[in-house]
Amino acid sequence: MMPNFAQVNVGDELPPVVKTPGRRELVLYAAGSGDFNPLHYDTEFPQAKAIGDNIVHGRMKFAVLGELVSNWLAHTGRIKTIACSYRGMDMQGATFTAKGSVVAKREQDGERLVDLEIYVENSSGARTTPGTATVALDH
Amino acid sequence: MAEQFDISDEMRAAVGVESDAWPVEFTSTGIRSFARGVGISDTVYYDVAAAHAAGYANLPAPPTYAGVPIFIPGLSDPVYGLPKRSNAPRLNHGLTNILDGGTEYLYDKVPVAGQTLITRSRIVDLEVKESKSLGKMLVVTSEATYSDEATNECYFRTRSQMIAY
Repeated sequence: MMPNFAQVNVGDELPPVVKTPGRRELVLYAAGSGDFNPLHYDTEFPQAKAIGDNIVHGRMKFAVLGELVSNWLAHTGRIKTIACSYRGMDMQGATFTAKGSVVAKREQDGERLVDLEIYVENSSGARTTPGTATVALDH
Repeated sequence: MAEQFDISDEMRAAVGVESDAWPVEFTSTGIRSFARGVGISDTVYYDVAAAHAAGYANLPAPPTYAGVPIFIPGLSDPVYGLPKRSNAPRLNHGLTNILDGGTEYLYDKVPVAGQTLITRSRIVDLEVKESKSLGKMLVVTSEATYSDEATNECYFRTRSQMIAY
């Protein structure tokens, strides 16, 4: 359902986005993003061996948070800011979920703004990639 | 793991120096490839008719997509495809491992397929931190702008933190 400023409430949750990217998906992301750091696909890369596996690109998780917000907006508004911190690693082949909720709504300079808390959560419930976003709604 | 690390005068000299301008392309193929890489299912990022129906002039850049810097062998980084900071002092920190620390995008407008924006970046801060697992780390904070120079419009700005350890 498209968000409408009058009907958006603090605490509303965004429909979650679930991903389980293996190495194949990480190679696809490398091709799309241009980030070919071997940490994300080469099991023999020293940093990957030290960590114990290939890890998901932090920027891929950031993009999934963007997808989470975009899905909720359904193109009835626009993202003004989106940010995240990469606090924990997500390993290739592991499932993670992007989640979010409304933390504030306000009108400012003629715009209907909604502030969101967003994050990537691993299967243990740890928030590996916490972030924020502010969107402007059309209606 | 680095037990001792200090920021040198040479590294401090890199702070605040703006990079050369570099063109970044937003193409239909590039946008579809990024959307596919992320696993996005929204057809607005793949199908021009769906993009038109959603109000865009062409395929919109998915959130956090910064386009493709034009790749020139010798001038572009072979791993990340980003332009080398040829006019700015290099950060010769000697640390071998790299991780992303965090990223922020601030949008004024959403680019669409067919546009070429000009990006400029600069390092805005260097900081040494220590982690139990990674040892001494160098945190490099950079900012970049992405603008249409023909119309003098800034589309978006980014702020990112890279961790070397």
